[in-house]
Amino acid sequence: MSVAIRVIPCLDVDAGRVVKGVNFADLRDAGDPVELAGRYDAEGADELTFLDVSASSGDRETMVDVVRRTAEQVFVPLTVGGGVRSTDDVDRLLRAGADKVGVNTAAIARPELIAEIAERFGSQVLTLSVDARRVTGDVTTPSGYEVTTHGGRRGTGIDAVEWAEKAAVLGAGEILLNSMDADGTTAGFDLEMLRAVRERVHVPLVASGGAGTPQHFVEAAQAGADAVLAASVFHFGVLTVGQVKDAMRAAGLVVR
Amino acid sequence: MGARVVVLDYGFGNVRSAVRSLERVGADVTLTADRAAAQEADGLVVPGVGAFAACMAGLKVVRGHEVVGRRLAGNRPVLGICVGMQVMFDAGVEHGERAEGMGEWPGVVERLGAPVVPHMGWSPVEVPAGSTLFEGIADERFYFVHSYAAQTFAKGHDENAVGVFSPPKVTWADHGGRFVAAVEDGPLAATQFHPEKSGDAGARLLENWVRSLA
Repeated sequence: MSVAIRVIPCLDVDAGRVVKGVNFADLRDAGDPVELAGRYDAEGADELTFLDVSASSGDRETMVDVVRRTAEQVFVPLTVGGGVRSTDDVDRLLRAGADKVGVNTAAIARPELIAEIAERFGSQVLTLSVDARRVTGDVTTPSGYEVTTHGGRRGTGIDAVEWAEKAAVLGAGEILLNSMDADGTTAGFDLEMLRAVRERVHVPLVASGGAGTPQHFVEAAQAGADAVLAASVFHFGVLTVGQVKDAMRAAGLVVR
Repeated sequence: MGARVVVLDYGFGNVRSAVRSLERVGADVTLTADRAAAQEADGLVVPGVGAFAACMAGLKVVRGHEVVGRRLAGNRPVLGICVGMQVMFDAGVEHGERAEGMGEWPGVVERLGAPVVPHMGWSPVEVPAGSTLFEGIADERFYFVHSYAAQTFAKGHDENAVGVFSPPKVTWADHGGRFVAAVEDGPLAATQFHPEKSGDAGARLLENWVRSLA
């Protein structure tokens, strides 16, 4: 297959501002998601993701405006997730210029939402985001992984692999698999979990959580990820998109 | 003033990006479903995402299919993007249901046979000699996101044909098998990928098209 492994920087946005924004020397405003998106685009990002971590609905309106301004200046695909609860939320973001919308908690509470979105807008707009971790204590699931909510703080007891599989059947066009164990460790993606989901899911799979070195991205792609996503390593200037792609190219992977 | 381009606003497609990317390459762009405006523009863009049948139904509501037909009869350029390209074929089959398209090109749009579908991401294309759309960008990758495509192209395959009409130029891509990535057929051009989301290469393609609208 000739499609390139996508490298996707993710920006956490709160009330229209980038969280953990870093002072890149050439940025006028490191907290401006629109400007940062433009920088990642120039670096060769294949796609961009905004994760809205705002708490209030008023801040969500701000996010719509951020999406609108970004779509007018950045000409690579844009995914927006965070707080999406209904088809109307999806409609608003798509109209503002998002190409894909990430759905997480709301679909756990009401899986029909996946089918509703897919029916109205097509599967290709829907990225199902799964925050998963290895089960601990007396919780057990068939795969050994469970879906979590509240940023990984609450387990649901739902099998993560089965959930990803079910979501794809319901109409999710892509699965974003975020390892809550690996997240923030910079010790590498959870490759076992990636392989387990890859085996059962036949829509594109995005690896997320744990990236620290270019080699980590290579390993995720080799474990079956179609795309690799990271926030902090790009954010803090630890790695550039170009370095990640160079490593993947050197490993014989196809990149743009 | 640049070429006047109408992006057909019928409720399907990331029209904002299409409008901005056309403006970026110098077109004077209007987003509308107004038939007179769509008829008279130097170029008409038919965007489209989602389901084939829904897009076709949406087009009919604004009588976009009639506008396209009349424009092509008058040799006036039309550019279809993604599902806006698919509806130019005879029909589309999704989930076992067949929907009629505009029938400008023979063939049926069907599900891709790859292990991972949708085809989502940047793929290279195989461009025929003499392409105008891909001038200067034949070796670039473009952004695709789709589960269905035309996997054959029958029209104009007789290479010995002589006459005033040149055969369509077909660009191919591969995802679990070859499919039609773009077609240039007189006034009617279309791309299965999203030029408006394909970075600088996509901008160049749109620029090539806008330039041809003289």
